[in-house]
Amino acid sequence: MKARVTVTLKSGILDPQGKAIEGALKSLGVDGVASVRQGKVFDIELAGGDRARAEALLKEAADKLLANTVIENYRVEVVG
Amino acid sequence: MNSAILVFPGINRERDMARALTLITGHAPAMVWHAETELPPGTDLVVLPGGFSYGDYLRCGAIAARAPVMDAVHRFAEGGGLVLGVCNGFQILCEAGLLPGVLMRNAGLKFICRDVHLRVERSDTPFTRGYNAGQVIRVPVAHGEGNFVADDDTVRRLEGEGRVLYRYCSATGEVADDHNINGAAASIAGIVNARGNVLGMMPHPENHVEAVMGPTDGRGLFAGLVDHLGRAA
Repeated sequence: MKARVTVTLKSGILDPQGKAIEGALKSLGVDGVASVRQGKVFDIELAGGDRARAEALLKEAADKLLANTVIENYRVEVVG
Repeated sequence: MNSAILVFPGINRERDMARALTLITGHAPAMVWHAETELPPGTDLVVLPGGFSYGDYLRCGAIAARAPVMDAVHRFAEGGGLVLGVCNGFQILCEAGLLPGVLMRNAGLKFICRDVHLRVERSDTPFTRGYNAGQVIRVPVAHGEGNFVADDDTVRRLEGEGRVLYRYCSATGEVADDHNINGAAASIAGIVNARGNVLGMMPHPENHVEAVMGPTDGRGLFAGLVDHLGRAA
């Protein structure tokens, strides 16, 4: 079973890397970019086939390590 | 004073720290590998040194904060033991939940490696008793992620409880945005936990302890710890 955990910065947290990327896109002439926030994606292979258990496990992984919930939000998806 | 320096893969300031501790305390510290599950008996001070543990993968300090030895550090801190985290060590303490907040990328995006001035906010703590309140000290920084961030309530609590011990400032002690090198909330360079026995700071006092390096302003931090433990004994 495949899963994806997406970690993003909470709103209000300054993201200097996102700002730098935003500036680079503008200097490349990519029009219409209002703002950029950088995040992380984790693609995870799971051993079992139980969907509910998988979601609980992914949430545990995100809470314990993948995200720092002081500054980040996360979303877990079992993608099949 | 018996010190223990934690050694994680990717740490690179552990020998500077050991040299400073040996010089000032008169005892060579124990070097404790991250996979250990106990600290040496009789440890008075645990130090998490600077560097790039686990290559800063995931987030600075995130992997090291979950290393086996950190359970022993949690127990040690809960028992009132003194813990000092410098630079990456500060990042590890935040990731481990021993200190609030998090160290983000410097607001100016640059890695900053130079001497800075710090204002010592109070002198009545184990980590500052070698200085006078309001004293300005000069010590180096070397970090890309030292921008202290916490929610407004946490910063207010840190300020209200007098837990900001070191703040970036000018040579004359003025705290202003111009001297806040990395954009840290309230110009914070170093904070303690609620109990006051765990300090995290971005600057490197261990690098200014010998005349050959120029200023020796870092000595006060270590000398103060020796003094504190001497009185407690």
